[in-house]
Amino acid sequence: MIGASLGAAAYERASEISAILAVANPVGDRRLARLSSRPDVVLALSGIGISFGGVKALSDVDLEVEVGEIRAVIGPNGAGKSSLINIISGLYHADRGRIAIGGQSFSRVPASRLARLGVARTFQNLALFGGLSVRNNIACGRVHTRRASFVEHIAGLPRARSEDAGIAEKTDQIVAFLHLESVADRLVATLPYGLQKRVELARALVAEPKLLLLDEPMAGLTATEKAEMAGFVRAARDRHGVTIILIEHDIGVVMGLSDRVAVLDYGRKIADGTPAEVRADPAVIRAYIGTAEGENGEDIR
Amino acid sequence: MAVQALDAARLPVDWAKLVQKLALATALFVVAYGVVPAYASGYLVEAILLPFLALSLAAVGLNLLTGYCGQLSLGSSAFMAVGAFGAYNFNLRVEGLPLAVTMILAGISAAGFGVVFGLPSLRLRGFYLAVSTLAAQFFGQWALTKFGWFSNDNPSGVISAPHLAVAGLSLDSATGRYLLSVTTVMVLTALVWRLVNSATGRNFIAVRDNETAARVIGVPVLRTKLLAFAISSFIIGIAGVLWAFTYLRTVEPAGFNLDRSFQILFIIIIGGLASIRGAFLGAAFIVVLPLFLSRLGAFLFGGLFDSGVLDMSQRIVLGALIIIFLIAEPSGLSALFDRLKRRIGSRSS
Ligand SMILES: Nc1ncnc2c1ncn2[C@@H]1O[C@H](COP(=O)(O)OP(=O)(O)O)[C@@H](O)[C@H]1O
Ligand SMILES: [Mg+2]
Repeated sequence: MIGASLGAAAYERASEISAILAVANPVGDRRLARLSSRPDVVLALSGIGISFGGVKALSDVDLEVEVGEIRAVIGPNGAGKSSLINIISGLYHADRGRIAIGGQSFSRVPASRLARLGVARTFQNLALFGGLSVRNNIACGRVHTRRASFVEHIAGLPRARSEDAGIAEKTDQIVAFLHLESVADRLVATLPYGLQKRVELARALVAEPKLLLLDEPMAGLTATEKAEMAGFVRAARDRHGVTIILIEHDIGVVMGLSDRVAVLDYGRKIADGTPAEVRADPAVIRAYIGTAEGENGEDIR
Repeated sequence: MAVQALDAARLPVDWAKLVQKLALATALFVVAYGVVPAYASGYLVEAILLPFLALSLAAVGLNLLTGYCGQLSLGSSAFMAVGAFGAYNFNLRVEGLPLAVTMILAGISAAGFGVVFGLPSLRLRGFYLAVSTLAAQFFGQWALTKFGWFSNDNPSGVISAPHLAVAGLSLDSATGRYLLSVTTVMVLTALVWRLVNSATGRNFIAVRDNETAARVIGVPVLRTKLLAFAISSFIIGIAGVLWAFTYLRTVEPAGFNLDRSFQILFIIIIGGLASIRGAFLGAAFIVVLPLFLSRLGAFLFGGLFDSGVLDMSQRIVLGALIIIFLIAEPSGLSALFDRLKRRIGSRSS
């Protein structure tokens, strides 16, 4: 039903992005200018730094993300992974550095325009709307496309009705895609944790983002649920052509899933490359042995 | 295919619900427009139904803001005052203004006032916001007492209800005022019901449940909060008109004091936050409670139970109930009602 021709969808997105890039106005940093003018780069970070009080959560981090890739960012707890996602989504403002999204360059990303910039995200700690049903939570993911005013909604005027119908259809598609049919009309707060995580993914996907930021989507899931979630993440890329930044605490989970992996440690990027390269990197091995990790990279919990 | 099968499976349930809803609506209309006007005593209308209707509407308005949108407000009484004094002045100063228009203009005045005093909600939350809405309370009362113009230079700031008529039909009798009140409440409640079940209502809930997530997915958070203040104050303002024109008939600014704001807040806590039905259940409870207590007190203690004791016992009972509800049943009477219905349903089947 959805993403019938994934090749075409990805191609469409790519050409859409290059169209945006053609009118881009890269500011400042020359390196960023070079990166963000490349049509295959969805997101480019350069020299990102942020500190909280005395703690340097991130220093001088560069990252570029290409169209259609699953880009993992891993690192021990407190490495700065969530801070990075929060900076990309405008919830934190970096002290230094610039962020280019689809060719538009920012020093502070406007969070309220994030959805319209084509970026959706999930949160490390669930951030659902507990008082709404699963279906309505997901439908909220398309709120940025709505134009009808509250008067049109109360009066049930055509524009409000057609918006509702369009969003309901998209919601149904995502509900089916993530196998949420049986719980779609339940209050989201009554769902088990694993399903709530999935609803959050659904709410992000329904926005049809170009770039999807997932902050530890598998944290706290059982092994079966982790495998399921990994399948959904891959399918989202393959069938919807969406570019994904996947934050993971757990190095084992991402190796089979991602195209490239960046490793953060104490706020610095210590490695960046294919899973095989990263796995063999001495700095990464050192960082992971330094924390309480098992030999296969799994958490000891 | 799968979708169609699902719809077919859902249909019979929907029909049953629809029939049930239609029956309920019909019963409501028959009672509201047939039984009550024909059989209700003057006492029932004047002392119970009129305050119940006005307070219910105010609670519906506050529930929109606090229950659905999560913005705690202690300014309800001020918004009621703006509505009441607004209607009084529109009626006084504009010749031949129809009652409905007067009420809408009064509501709009209250909405404007509400938006101004809702501005702190863009920065403040919870307790701090509640404290800042007290400003509306104090400013409102101060302005209405200070500037004689608002009460047409009445020395003590008192206003009296004007002659009430719709399309030449006088509504000054108890029954007439009841009909005006019940119609206003039903129309506005229906509109609020549509609102809370629309995308705008879901934006309210999104802002309440997780403001950060709401902002990131594109809910215009600031606009949504101000809209909640505007619509809520509009409704509370009109409730103020009903309070002043249909129930009390003469009011002074001091009648809209902080106690009233708390009373409306208690109504939605007892009735159930984010529930329209809860606003009505809570209002009924608050109106009936003192009558019940005074009967009970007179029965148990005879002459010892005077109005001072009544007032005190009412405060104690109410305070205890608020605490009990907040701890044991945060969803209020509305949830209790649901549970009772389910239990009766399961027993009969
Ligand atoms: N809002 C904040 N206020 C203060 N310190 C913060 C905040 N967010 C993150 N930090 C600090 O920044 C560091 C990185 O945190 P975070 O980005 O959450 O790491 P990770 O997601 O990799 O576990 C930690 O030391 C954390 O305490
Ligand atoms: Mg984190």
